Amino acid sequence: MKRRLFSYPYIVWMAIFILAPMLFIVYYAFWGGDGSFSLSYLRDALFARDIEGNLANLRSFGHSGIVAIETTGICLLLGYPIAYLLSRMKRSMAAFVSTLFVVPMWMNFLLRTYALRSIFLSLESATGIQILDTQAAVLIGMVYDFLPFMILPLYTILQKMDKSYMEAAQDLGANPAQTFTKVVLPLSVPGIVSGITMVFVPSVTAFAVSQLLGGRKTPPLIGDLIHRRFMSDPPMYGVGSALSLILMVFVLASMVLMRVFDKDSPNEKGGKLW
Amino acid sequence: MKKLLALTLAALLVLPMILGAAACASRPTLNILIWGDYIDPALRTRFERANGVRINEVTMESNELMLAKLREDDSDIDLCFPSDYAIEKLLAEGLLAPLNKENIPNRANIGDTFWALTESFDPGAVYSVPYMWGTLGILYDTTKVTEPVESWSILWDEQYSGQILMYDSERDSMCVALSLLGYDINTTDETEINAARDALIAQRPLVRRYGTDELKTDLVNGVAAMAVVYSGDAMLAMAENENLDYAVPLEGSNLWIDNMIIPKNAKNKELAEQFINFLCDAEVGAQNAEYIGYSTPLAPSLELLGSDYIDDEVFNPPAEIMDRCKGYHNLDEVVKIIEDKNGKEVPITGNDLYRQAWEAVLQF
Repeated sequence: MKRRLFSYPYIVWMAIFILAPMLFIVYYAFWGGDGSFSLSYLRDALFARDIEGNLANLRSFGHSGIVAIETTGICLLLGYPIAYLLSRMKRSMAAFVSTLFVVPMWMNFLLRTYALRSIFLSLESATGIQILDTQAAVLIGMVYDFLPFMILPLYTILQKMDKSYMEAAQDLGANPAQTFTKVVLPLSVPGIVSGITMVFVPSVTAFAVSQLLGGRKTPPLIGDLIHRRFMSDPPMYGVGSALSLILMVFVLASMVLMRVFDKDSPNEKGGKLW
Repeated sequence: MKKLLALTLAALLVLPMILGAAACASRPTLNILIWGDYIDPALRTRFERANGVRINEVTMESNELMLAKLREDDSDIDLCFPSDYAIEKLLAEGLLAPLNKENIPNRANIGDTFWALTESFDPGAVYSVPYMWGTLGILYDTTKVTEPVESWSILWDEQYSGQILMYDSERDSMCVALSLLGYDINTTDETEINAARDALIAQRPLVRRYGTDELKTDLVNGVAAMAVVYSGDAMLAMAENENLDYAVPLEGSNLWIDNMIIPKNAKNKELAEQFINFLCDAEVGAQNAEYIGYSTPLAPSLELLGSDYIDDEVFNPPAEIMDRCKGYHNLDEVVKIIEDKNGKEVPITGNDLYRQAWEAVLQF
């Protein structure tokens, strides 16, 4: 019974910092500023058209989804080999190298984005290759920001993996490629799933990075759209909240999907950060 | 006995901390809401030392966010530095405290031109004192642009495709397009606003980036041909790269003034006035303008800065440039009333039209 006491601060914390903001968002999305219930904010958030008659917000949702999938894909392709190499290193060496990947995260992401901007800028004035203000810059920025979230869960699971599985596979005549595809890869699925979730969610909700590196020439991400609605004068809380709500549903749906995937995987224990 | 001793010792240890904290708290704090890097830190320290106070700087990113902050009932801001049209808005909303001019004798240092300009947003200069001012123009790289820069139309020249940088600000970008088309930069005529919007949409394929403060660094690094910037940013960029030059196009542009104001519910009004007076001092003003790079409205400060600054057309534009520039006005009047999908009547102001036009350009 007494243990319950320890959970109270957490419950208070959740109520203030998780539940209350969500309730505000729901309130603003349906009741707007004036207190009368309306679905018009949700409708505007979904079906707003630009002056050429395109569904501008839906296009932003689509664009955000694509950017997030691309970011997650690249992070997985880059992160898996790194995590694999880390897991094969000596403990002390691996700890050192993985710290190197985490150190940039001690800095504010905005600062890192500005630093990246300067790098692109000097690169361009030295070689004439333009990366800044293109979609490529946005992708590089997002991968740079979120790569550690892919590496860490993968590294955790790969490092915990029992080496005798691989030795057994080799004893049974599997070549290195087969050992990897038939043993290591399937066993690391929980790490992959949690890495994907941890990269996908922040990328699909990302903002500012795209604006700073893409120069507002690339289509705005949904996060930028929400930011713009809340920061306009007068602020448009109704539409902004409705957009956030749609985004939340979208994120929740993708997480449920990943969870289903995860359940199917053979290894159910450990390796996940959440 | 031992216990008592220990307790006494502990109390003695803690006491200075409490006293220290109390002393710290009793030092009056002046909370100022200001644009980033908009005051020489050395001057700030000097005022703090001389008066035994603390100055707490809160950075504002736009006039719009500043307004939101000042509208909060419990905002503890004592001094703020908004632009002209924002003051019009603050005044209309009754958020300003009238200044006690006796506490600000250094007001006399401000040139008559600027008091005349103040009339358009704060008649009688009851609430505000000019701080810094400047123009909006084109910063360009003379190695890439060899023709003279005299018209905004150069921003629509396909020859510079992918090398043009625009400012992400609805009023400033619309000012560029409205001036190009020969319209008033404060127009609330919907056809004129839409024409300006369409011009900016047509320009979009040529634009490399819509940015803010960082635009000048792109030009310093030589990756773009021209950018729409404020004169102060141009000054800073030109100091770093000698190939850069700045021009205010002949069609006219915006001349803005940032001013010092005290919010209605300021807690340290007298201290704020004292600080305003300090910043209006001739020598302080000169040092500050030198640090920030923006033009100072203080006539004796300009004298102190010497001929390098006085003859600089960016820092101290001649009368013919000032004559073709105008200030922005707050466009809060309702221009039209539309019916939304639920049949509800929605008033649309001039500001709304500008915002919608700019969002259409940025595809938001």
